[in-house]
Parts: sequence; C-alpha cells; structure tokens
Amino acid sequence: MADLRSEFLGIRSPNPFWLASAPPTDKAYNVNRAFEAGWGGAVWKTLGEDPPIVNVNGPRYSALHSNERRVIGFNNIELITDRPLKTNLDEIRQIKRDWPDRALVASVMLPMNEAVWKQYIPMIEDTGADAFELNFGCPHGMSERGMGAAVGQVPEYIQMATEWCKAAATVPVIVKLTPNVTNILPPAKAAQAGGADAVSLINTINSIMRVDYDTLTMFPSTDGMGTHGGYCGQAVKPIALNMVAEIARNAATRSLTISGIGGITDWRDAVDFLALGASNVQVCTAAMVYGFKIIDDLAEGLSAFLDSKGMRSVAELVGKAVPSVTDWQYLNLNHVSKAVINQDLCIKCGRCHIVCEDTSHQAITSQVNGQRHFEVIDNECVGCNLCVSVCPVDNCITMQAVTEGIDARTGKPIVKTKANWTTHPNNPMRKAD
Amino acid sequence: MNSKKAIDNIRAGRLDKVAIDKNFSDLHPPLSRSEALIAADRCYFCYDAPCTTACPTGIDIPGFIQKIRSDNLRGSAHTILRENIMGGMCARVCPTEILCEDACVRNTHEDQPVAIGLLQRYATDPILENRTPLFERAAPSGKRVAVVGAGPAGLSCAHRLAMLGHDVVIYSRDSKAGGLNEFGIAAYKTVDNFAQREVDYILSIGGIELRNNVALGTDLTLDELCEQYDAVFLGIGLGAVNELGITDEDLVGVENAIDYIAALRQATDKSTLPVARRVLVVGGGMTAIDIAVQSKRLGAEQVTIAYRRGPEEMGASKFEQQLAQTNGVSIRHWLTPTAIHEEDGEITVELTRTKQDAQGRVEMGDETEVLQVDMVFKAIGQRLVDNGLAGLKLQRGRILVDDTQATTRDRVWAGGDCVVGGEDLTVSAVQHGKVAAIAIDRRLRHG
Repeated sequence: MADLRSEFLGIRSPNPFWLASAPPTDKAYNVNRAFEAGWGGAVWKTLGEDPPIVNVNGPRYSALHSNERRVIGFNNIELITDRPLKTNLDEIRQIKRDWPDRALVASVMLPMNEAVWKQYIPMIEDTGADAFELNFGCPHGMSERGMGAAVGQVPEYIQMATEWCKAAATVPVIVKLTPNVTNILPPAKAAQAGGADAVSLINTINSIMRVDYDTLTMFPSTDGMGTHGGYCGQAVKPIALNMVAEIARNAATRSLTISGIGGITDWRDAVDFLALGASNVQVCTAAMVYGFKIIDDLAEGLSAFLDSKGMRSVAELVGKAVPSVTDWQYLNLNHVSKAVINQDLCIKCGRCHIVCEDTSHQAITSQVNGQRHFEVIDNECVGCNLCVSVCPVDNCITMQAVTEGIDARTGKPIVKTKANWTTHPNNPMRKAD
Repeated sequence: MNSKKAIDNIRAGRLDKVAIDKNFSDLHPPLSRSEALIAADRCYFCYDAPCTTACPTGIDIPGFIQKIRSDNLRGSAHTILRENIMGGMCARVCPTEILCEDACVRNTHEDQPVAIGLLQRYATDPILENRTPLFERAAPSGKRVAVVGAGPAGLSCAHRLAMLGHDVVIYSRDSKAGGLNEFGIAAYKTVDNFAQREVDYILSIGGIELRNNVALGTDLTLDELCEQYDAVFLGIGLGAVNELGITDEDLVGVENAIDYIAALRQATDKSTLPVARRVLVVGGGMTAIDIAVQSKRLGAEQVTIAYRRGPEEMGASKFEQQLAQTNGVSIRHWLTPTAIHEEDGEITVELTRTKQDAQGRVEMGDETEVLQVDMVFKAIGQRLVDNGLAGLKLQRGRILVDDTQATTRDRVWAGGDCVVGGEDLTVSAVQHGKVAAIAIDRRLRHG
C-alpha cells in the first residue's frame, strides 16, 4: 500500500486528511473521537478574543438535498468558538500532548489591530499547536464586525494581518481564503506578500438556502428572520477546485503551499484537489453529514488509487494535473471529438436525444427505420458532451477524438497541427503564427 | 345430499376474523412519502417514454412521477386522472408487469422497473381521500347522453361527457355502480371500499344521474334510448358465464366464480362466507386466480386450478400466477374436467389430460385422473348477453366498433369488455369510454 504519511510545511500527519476548522473541531471530545477514527490532523475551531462570541439558539445549519435526501450542499450561520479562550487553549494543549503524531493547527480570527495579534498569538502558540490558520474567510456574522471575509476580501488587510501574525508567531502561518471574491489571485498574492507559509481554500460561499413555502419567509429562520450563511459541501467542490488550480498554475503564486478545502466527500474528491495542486486536504461537511468514520474510505481509497497509479506517496500525486489547466484561448481549436453511443449499453431512455434536440445541436436520432433508436448524427455533433452528462448509464456515451479523415460536420479535414484562438483568423487581436 | 359431511366440508369460519382480515388487507400497501420519493427518483424521465406508450390510457407517466418528486401531488394526480379518471383503481388492479412496468427502461438497466403502479396510487389516493375537485364542467351543451352500464367503461365515458358539458344518465343493472371494480376483482386489491369512493369522486363532477337496477333488454330497449337521448354509450360488459359443456355441471357445489367473488366483495364480514375444504377452479384467467387465492385466504385447505393449456397461454399474468403459487394454490396445466359427479356432498371430478394438435388447438388426450373436492368454480370466461342490442353488428360474440368506439348503429357507441377488442382490463375499458366520449362530443357539436 502507498504511504499516506504527509508532511505539510514540515508538520507531519499519518495521512493528508485534516478536519477543517468548524464545529467538528470545537472541543477536545470531538477531536479525540476524530483522531481515534484515524484523521491525520485537525484545525481547531476558530479562536477569537475573550469574551467569547455568542451563537444563535436556533437553526445554524440547513441543507440542499438531492431527491433521495442526500445532502449535496450545506449552509451554516455558526460563528467562531463560543467558549472561553482558556478552555480551548487547555484542551488544545492536552490533545497535542495525547496525540503527538497528529497535526493540530490553531485557527484564529482577530480584529484589525496589531496589538491584539501581539497579545494573542504567543498565548495560543504556547499550547504546542503546530501552526496557525488565519480565518479570513467566514462570510457571515463575523464579517459584519470587520473580520473573517471582510478581511479576506481586501488584499491589503490580508497582507497586513498576515504580517502581524508572522511577526508574533514562530510556527508556520496558513492563510485561509474566502471564495467571495471575483478573482482569487490578489488575495493569494497578498497572503504571500505578507509572508504566509501556505494558503488554505476555500472557506464558505455566501448563501441563502430557500424560503419557507408556507410562510414565505426565509428558511431556516431565527424567530422569523434569517441571515445569509456560508455554503459548503459537495456542491461547492468545482468552485474550490478552480480557485486551487488558479493559484497552483499562476507564476506569481505557484510556490505557495496549498491546503485544499471544499466538498471533499470521498477519496476521488481528494485526488482532484491533490492533482490540482493542494498538498493536503481539509474536510468538514462530509464528516458533519456522515460522522468521522468516512476517514476509512478517504484513506484506503486514496492509498489504493496511488497503488493503481504506481505512486508510492501522496507527494507524487500533488500537482500532477496542474499543467493540463490553461486559459480558453490556448485550447486546440483543430481538435474534433464526437459522441459515440454504445448500443449494447443503451437502455433507450432517450434523454440524450431530447436534450440535444431541445437545447443543443439536433445531433441524436430518436428513431431509425421506424424503431426507437438513439444514435449520434456526426454531421451535426459538435462534441459538446451534453449527452454524456445526462446519460444515466455509466460509459454508455463517450466522447471519442476524430484523429483522421474529414469532420462530417464541417467538411474540413482533420489536421494534426494545433491551432488556438490567439492565431485564429476570426480573432481581431490575433498574433502572427 | 346435504349430509353432515357436506355441511362440514363447506362452512364459514375456517379462519378466525383476525386471520381473515389480515388475509384480505391491502395486497400492496401504499408507499410512504419517503418510499415514494425514492421510487420516484428512479424514474429517468425518458423522452417519448415507453411506459406511456404501453399504457392503454396514455398517461404521461414520467410527468406525473416528476411531480411526485417535487411534492406537487395535486398536479401529479391531475396528470394521471385527466387521461384515466380511474387512475386510482388502475394503480391497484392494472397488470403493470405486462404494461407500463414491463416497458420501463430500468428493466434493461437492472431488471427492476420503477414502481409505477404504487407511485400512481401514491399520487391519486389523497385526491380521492379528500375529494379534491380537479375537473370542471364546460358550459352546458344542452345535449343528453345515455350510458348503459356503470362499470369502468361507462363511468369513464360519463365523466368525460360531463366534463365536456353534456348531461348524462347512467343505467346500471346492479344495485350500485362500479361494475367489476365493485363486484369483481379480488378483495385484497381494492380494500376500504375504494371502488365506491372512486365512483363517488367520478360522479361528484356533476351532471351525471345514476339509475340503478335497470337492465337493458328487460327494463329498457336500445330503441327507446335512441329516441330519448342524443347519443347512447353501451358499456354493458359480459353478462353471461361460459359453461364447461359437460353434464351435471349445475350440481350443488359447482358455482360460477364471478358470483362467488361478487358475494365475497359485498360481504362486510368475510369470516361469515361459507368456503369449501377442497376447491377446484377451472380456468386460466385473472378470475381463476382471484377465486383460487381468495378461497385459500378464506381458509380452504386445498385449492387446485385446472387449465387446459400451458402457463404461457394463461390469461393471468406471470405475477398473478406467482401470487397463486405463493398462496399455496396448485396450478395444473394441460388438464380439463370431462365428467362431474356428486355423492353425499362430495364432488368427484374426472379430469382429462389435454394436448395441442398441429394447429395449436387443444385436443383431448387419453389419460384421465380423478379429483375429489367439495366445490368447483367455473372461471372459463364470460360472454355477451346480446339481449336488446337490436341493430348492432356483432363479431365473434361481441359488439363491433370502429376506432372511435362507434357501433354500426347511428349515435350508438360502445366500449369495455362487450366490444370486439375488449381486453378484460379496467384500464382498456376506461380508455374506450374516454375515446367514445370525445367522439360523441364531436358528433353532438359538429354533427
């Protein structure tokens, strides 16, 4: 079996799966259970100034369900820890003593006041925590008080607070980024400029789940009123992956170490993050939906995957897919793919036909010789992948590259040479070949 | 004849009331909401869905299932009932395994169709339960239509005609409406007086007058109806029972299955029904299965079905055959009664082995065997009572109709089991009634 042992900024853990800073890491009781279950590390629920904040005594969470009531998206309005700082520090110290082989990171959220950082950071570091994670991401509640996402949305603030933390800390500093920005690169660059050793992303996304259909008020509500929360879970993974890949492939930020967060539920999700440049991953929602036991599948699945690829360690996987991410303008416009329907696997539901007919390119038959039959019409197929996306049968419809002859749709010969938008004749700003 | 032994061998109370109530509870209990959502989620929402094509009434099945998924049960029920006003009963009695569920593409994928029948019941039950009105009548047309027969064909036709603005009088030969839904069909398929609740729902649209205990041929004639009404629809079913064609078949203890089923359906306390210790059922259709299984569930010890052909030719679906077998009914193929005797309340049936000749016809073999029973049920089909059908052309003993259900007599339409092409299915009868009503409406409005 491949070695899952992980080293992140020099912090060792038996596997690359850490619990993200969130309700599952709010107390020693939970973190103990997580470590007993096999989690590699934990980022403690965010610490703040004393006196502690308070939470609402009502719904803090709500979910977007699939039809069979699987949680696919998750929303929360819980704030940072609502327990006294000393209680948390005592427990962190004890846990680190009891579990020396696990990574234990202290998440902190402090106001934009250097003196506060100077006061709190050494006190927290004294617990023996392996690193700090700066919570510049929570989009609800704390952001109204000028912290969390309110910092993460202003690169100058990120840099400033990172610098304050770095000045006061001797252990590594990870800056946790908010996705509630139009471009993730300026915040990442600011963290880097401030001296961050790593970034972690994403924190949650501003969200309102729905309304109550009886009362036509926001749902869930606290005594009839609601506020936006932070959205996470499987549904946010693609957003997170894009932001991770952006940082990993950008020349200015690619040297940053990344901890990947966002909807990781099974080992394949972890592979996505690692291959797109994260050095480890953090999990919260999946644990909150299924309990800590999911670590079994995460760890075993990843290990088996590495074996199947002939990789001996997680490090060999990190960043493998980054070179395949590029800008649209560099995609090869000479490449032609077409959908192919495997008639032996086809169950004749006709979904491919109707979506292509109604919403795309009218490139799939519904009948051939009077019989119900679904087949791609190469003359019309642009290779858009819609049919593949909606087909309920795994691998029944596949995209296959056309490598020679003529493209039946355009009548143009297939050429081996690549050509992209930068040199395309229709591009008014094309460059010479 | 009515000796002690005979009385003992045919008696009520073979099982106590608790056991009987359990045996006659819902064969397929309704789905809970969570079960329904899981079942609904299995629907692929096919294009030009094969299940819809397979449904004789053409219900938009993926459409109604999608509405279940979104908790839009009223919309779901409307999608069902606008094509099939008896969607509630059909959800219970349709042989879905040879119709919609047989066509489900999930069979190709994993050999397990979407539970369409149960989902249809889930969607329609609350509407029938609460009598939620889903249909309105069009402006009155001033036209009057007579519907003869208050079974699925007649009720379906009447409802559609009422919707389209016509006034309808239904003549029922029975004491209440419902036809075979009320007097036929195994009790465990339609519990809690569902047939009458459905009739009530259908009639609640208004504009339909129900006249019970009036039979065509004896109490009124087709000529009279044609004179008094603008159009006539005949949904009279098959009123007579086929005979075995052997001597002594009118012995005590030899009964028509449909009569016994009717009595069973009307009995409020089924533990009071006399049931034989040993039962022979002759036939291979749904009625044969219904009487055999119900006899067993009433406490008969030994129930045998004798059918003169093989399992493939049985009118009863494979599911029904399995239902009989799991209820402990013994199905004997290629066997037919050729003689019947009664002595001291005990019936001796001589059964002859049958075989198929080169043309596929049944012919008698040489082997015989003897079976001793206490009751014999005839379930070898029904036939049309052609009394009072003056001016209608019949074909192979049934009323000839065109594809709008029009008979050969002007302004007379017909549907259900009584017509050529009648399939002995509630769902087909409903479709006939609907198609006829649309044709009648067109005729009444446009001549």
